[in-house]
Amino acid sequence: MIAFGQFLEVLIGGLMSGVLYSLVALGFVLIFKASGVFNYAQGAMVLLAGLALVRALDLLVANGFPLWVAVVLGIGFAAVIMAATAWLIERFVVGPLVNQDALTLFMSTIGVTFVIEGVAEMIFGSDVYPLQLFPTDAWFLFEGLFPGGILVNKLDVWGALIAGILVAGLALFFQRTKTGRALRAVADDHLAAHSVGIPISWIWFVVWLAAGLVALVAATVWGTKLGVQFSITFLALKALPVLIIGGLTSIPGAIVGGLIVGAGEKIAEVYLGPSIGGGIEYWFAYVLALAVLLVRPQGLFGERIIERI
Amino acid sequence: MRAPDADDILLQVERVALSFGGVKALRDVSFNIRKGEIRAIIGPNGAGKTSMLNVINGFYRPNHGAITFKGRTRAKMQPFEAARGGIARTFQNVALFKGMSALDNIMAGRTLKVRCGVFWQLLRFGPALAEEVEHRRKVEEIIDFLEIEAIRKVPVGRLPYGLQKRVELGRALAMEPDLLLLDEPMAGMNLEEKEDMSRFIMDVNNHFGTTIALIEHDMAVVMDLSDRVAVLDHGVKIADGTPDEVKRSQTVIDAYLGIVH
Repeated sequence: MIAFGQFLEVLIGGLMSGVLYSLVALGFVLIFKASGVFNYAQGAMVLLAGLALVRALDLLVANGFPLWVAVVLGIGFAAVIMAATAWLIERFVVGPLVNQDALTLFMSTIGVTFVIEGVAEMIFGSDVYPLQLFPTDAWFLFEGLFPGGILVNKLDVWGALIAGILVAGLALFFQRTKTGRALRAVADDHLAAHSVGIPISWIWFVVWLAAGLVALVAATVWGTKLGVQFSITFLALKALPVLIIGGLTSIPGAIVGGLIVGAGEKIAEVYLGPSIGGGIEYWFAYVLALAVLLVRPQGLFGERIIERI
Repeated sequence: MRAPDADDILLQVERVALSFGGVKALRDVSFNIRKGEIRAIIGPNGAGKTSMLNVINGFYRPNHGAITFKGRTRAKMQPFEAARGGIARTFQNVALFKGMSALDNIMAGRTLKVRCGVFWQLLRFGPALAEEVEHRRKVEEIIDFLEIEAIRKVPVGRLPYGLQKRVELGRALAMEPDLLLLDEPMAGMNLEEKEDMSRFIMDVNNHFGTTIALIEHDMAVVMDLSDRVAVLDHGVKIADGTPDEVKRSQTVIDAYLGIVH
């Protein structure tokens, strides 16, 4: 019973942290789905959103605003910053590159990454800023069933809840609205989208704004977990195997991929760690992604690409 | 065939010039398209036909000249503004949304017709539901008309070329355009497919009264289909008139066959 209790705890902990990876991966999927661009800057956008939020919060609280007012205003401020970023990116980077190769656009997002990181730290500072939006203590479930109960982090539960709402909202948006349909159209063919009357610049602004808001959500959860700091940009690297496993074009794929990576690495760490050495957590996801690439290159949920010859 | 009204001009192109660096793609080209007619633009390779279409729907911005569409003259225009004004087009090398089904592709043509707000669309309730049903009905009509019922759920990337061209025509029709631009609608088709496509083009013109401007290489098709033909060569308009007049023009024959010196 102890063994099973421990397994459950590891599994739940893993799944929950997997959801947090999914939150970051979602931003990538959004932009890739809608513009065919792999957005290297997603990690930097999480940093920017987090910094804008936490610094605004600190300032407002220091000036005597009640906490909930400060939180609402702070999130509003960060959202405005993300909207401005989206507009600037569309106007000066991806806008002028309509009809260019996907690789060109990808390279441009690398440039965007450095600019965002630099400007964000220049304006908002480069320290580690603690963020306390969600409770960070834990529940102990089923204490009667298992000795010591099963430890579940409240923050992880919040993260899972938020991710669920986000995914449902995005899925509806993509499937049902005219803008959602236009987003998919733009991703497929710029010229054709133009010809049926879709204004590409507006669509791209919407996409980058959506990715920015997803980054903001990820920043609230991750910022609470790690504190808002530069290393949050490395989350992007953790999102990579998630994307490969789930498929670059699939929103549910980002979630399932995150769950697999989160649960897989925790279970591997606990059960394989003792026999083959610790630190599995750090590379397990990449090996898993490699295996998926070999068997199913488009990922579990990705669209199969068929090339006519 | 509907008799085109000689006085009712839908589109007037006046002295349009376009160059890419040193290459002059169009020089002082003027012509018009009358409401309800099928207008062909022909010419040897590199004559500037596709450039002309791109100018009309706003992909290219002419260096000189003016374009008057439905009585409004304009200097520059974005492609989505042209679409809003009622100009739809197809492409020489088929530009479809390859990952989407034939149905979704044609639905995309309805983008500009969606009136409901995002909120109602998300809920798919009330006015949005009624509107969605109406759009679907229109799209199904087009699918019936083009005889592509069997492939409506197939991702268009998997369809053979001839059918892709048909879906692309369907998407343009879904926009209910006033002016339909067809860039080589029959390129790369076999005889049977060409006959089908000719029939669809005539039917579109007859039933919906849509004005059509088309570029085509197959002379027999052009002469059969069109009411009037404009001939371009090296960016200059060298002839304009009924198919018979154009066929007899010595300059046209020279342009196609080369002049014997």
